[in-house]
Amino acid sequence: MSTRAEQMRDALKAAFPENNSVRVELDLVVIDVAPDQLLSVCQKLHDDASLSFKQMSDLCGVDFATYGSAEWSTDTGNMASFSRAVNASSTGSLTFDTGLDLPATDQPRFVVVYHLLSLDHNVRCRVRCAASDDEMPVVPSVTPIWNNADWYEREAFDLFGILFDGHADLRRILTDYGFTGHPFRKDFPLIGNVEMRYDSVKERVVYEPVSIEPRVLVPRVIREDSRYATGESASKTESDAAKKNDA
Amino acid sequence: MPEIRNYTLNFGPQHPAAHGVLRLVLEMDGEVVERADPHIGLLHRGTEKLAESKPYNQTIGYMDRLDYVSMMCNEHGYVLAIEKLLGVEVPLRAQYIRVMFDEITRILNHLMWLGAHGLDIGAMSIFLYCFREREDLMDCYEAVSGARLHATYYRPGGVARDLPDRMPQYEASRFTSKSAASKLNDKRQGNMLDFLDDFTQRFPKCVDEYETLLTDNRIWKQRTVGIGVVTPERALQLGFTGPMLRGSNIEWDLRKKQPYEVYDQLDFDIPVGTNGDSYDRYLVRIEEMRQSNRIIKQCIEWLRNNEGPVLTEDHKIAPPRRGDMKGDMESLIHHFKLFTEGFCLPEGEAYAAVEHPKGEFGCFLVSDGANKPYRLKVRAPGFAHLASLDEMAKGHMLSDVVALIGTQDIVFGEIDR
Repeated sequence: MSTRAEQMRDALKAAFPENNSVRVELDLVVIDVAPDQLLSVCQKLHDDASLSFKQMSDLCGVDFATYGSAEWSTDTGNMASFSRAVNASSTGSLTFDTGLDLPATDQPRFVVVYHLLSLDHNVRCRVRCAASDDEMPVVPSVTPIWNNADWYEREAFDLFGILFDGHADLRRILTDYGFTGHPFRKDFPLIGNVEMRYDSVKERVVYEPVSIEPRVLVPRVIREDSRYATGESASKTESDAAKKNDA
Repeated sequence: MPEIRNYTLNFGPQHPAAHGVLRLVLEMDGEVVERADPHIGLLHRGTEKLAESKPYNQTIGYMDRLDYVSMMCNEHGYVLAIEKLLGVEVPLRAQYIRVMFDEITRILNHLMWLGAHGLDIGAMSIFLYCFREREDLMDCYEAVSGARLHATYYRPGGVARDLPDRMPQYEASRFTSKSAASKLNDKRQGNMLDFLDDFTQRFPKCVDEYETLLTDNRIWKQRTVGIGVVTPERALQLGFTGPMLRGSNIEWDLRKKQPYEVYDQLDFDIPVGTNGDSYDRYLVRIEEMRQSNRIIKQCIEWLRNNEGPVLTEDHKIAPPRRGDMKGDMESLIHHFKLFTEGFCLPEGEAYAAVEHPKGEFGCFLVSDGANKPYRLKVRAPGFAHLASLDEMAKGHMLSDVVALIGTQDIVFGEIDR
């Protein structure tokens, strides 16, 4: 007996035979799509009766610039361990005049993730679309297919600076009027760039560079955990344990 | 004849009917709305960015502050996403407690909605009735977590602690006489389940009272029937979920369709509307309160008869018991690591959604194997609902905009995040 997600994976494979990225992750079907095919794929996902993803639950941007980099390397320890963590260049410890040394990678930096829901088949699907250019990430807008993408795309533009080609009204949505920068990018400091206060002499609100010091309370660590070993090794240990229990 | 032109009206952000900090720029033709442009973000706190800088367990408290009238349901969506990636088992008793508090939260949310919505469009007394019942439910929040609103009660792998054996008591003070205090304490003599059981006996009568005030009320009907009609097709296109979708005659409820926790073992019905107007959405929410009451009753029954752990025994994720830490080195280390560093999630992406009182509340979690989320995206139901305000308000009168904001059940904590 296959789960609904697995049935949908097979349906997606049949619908997009040229796309070999269709897979099941946890309980969701996932498909990677290139920006130039996004519209045709989404249109089919929406219209095709065997897929019928009539609703878009969510759309969000993800910035993969620092994916997999920890603030505190735990392989080697020395006297400077903690201060090394605090000084490391990461979102939490950036100030407005220091940049982030982005690790060189050939992976695209910005990915737009769509979560779709098919009410007919009671199954969800995740569509991932990586923008090809890191400097000016552009992805076609899906507002004609799912109308509620309007605000979600404005949000992704506001927070990540991802441009949506064909969006009628791509304004900022969540940040302040006159805000500069895209705050959810990994090279945007957590403490922000400016702070605001009322100036009693000028009798108006003024913006100034932030005065607070960034600090990291809990460093970001990545630990190898045997419990989450993926693939064959995990299933092997599981079956070993099952055998032990039987014996 | 003087020439009449369209004009722009600024509504909010400090308007009592704007439910928080909504700034609406309305293009008006006389008293008729031509275009509504909601400006949101005045309550934007960057919760998702903050979550990236904190270990997983320290973000639970931020979830309460998203939709600040349905606190525990937000936590639920977040811990479900973590549990999905961790693959951790939640003890059965904890699942029942979570379901019970989800439904308490649903009633809390709907009562708040009903009171505020009524007040917005001219019904004064309903507000006072609703807050009377909210008081008892918030006492339950307080009894389990110590906080009346921002509970931070759910944990990955269960809930923070078991249900208390006794309810907090009122004490006589300058403001409460001795006799008044003892009267208030009458229902608080037993444990929390007894108190809640008493509430569930009373509550259906209370809902009848609200309905007496509103359901057949001529003014109420004039203000809600035929206002903001959304067809089923448009409701799907606009990303509606929860009562907004069910009001438009689409029977879709995650508790039934994609059951999480123990919802598949409980008996309840899903109300749907037929016309998709504000009045139908009102009826749907009223019926949801009755159904939630039913679910709470079943949970009380089960919880009374079944003891058990309420938090996973995996001490990499949940702290060990205080007593164990005094004598057991391993427990002490677990406790230290958990509270200084947190726990690492396996690499991967997970999306978990719950049927929040307002609709589908989803958490999309990207983990790169660290002790902090790489990216957390909160899918707030109100965000999609408010985005449709332009379409829903077109052609309605200015006073109907207030009814529409009310019927959408807008709370800015979740929309702005």
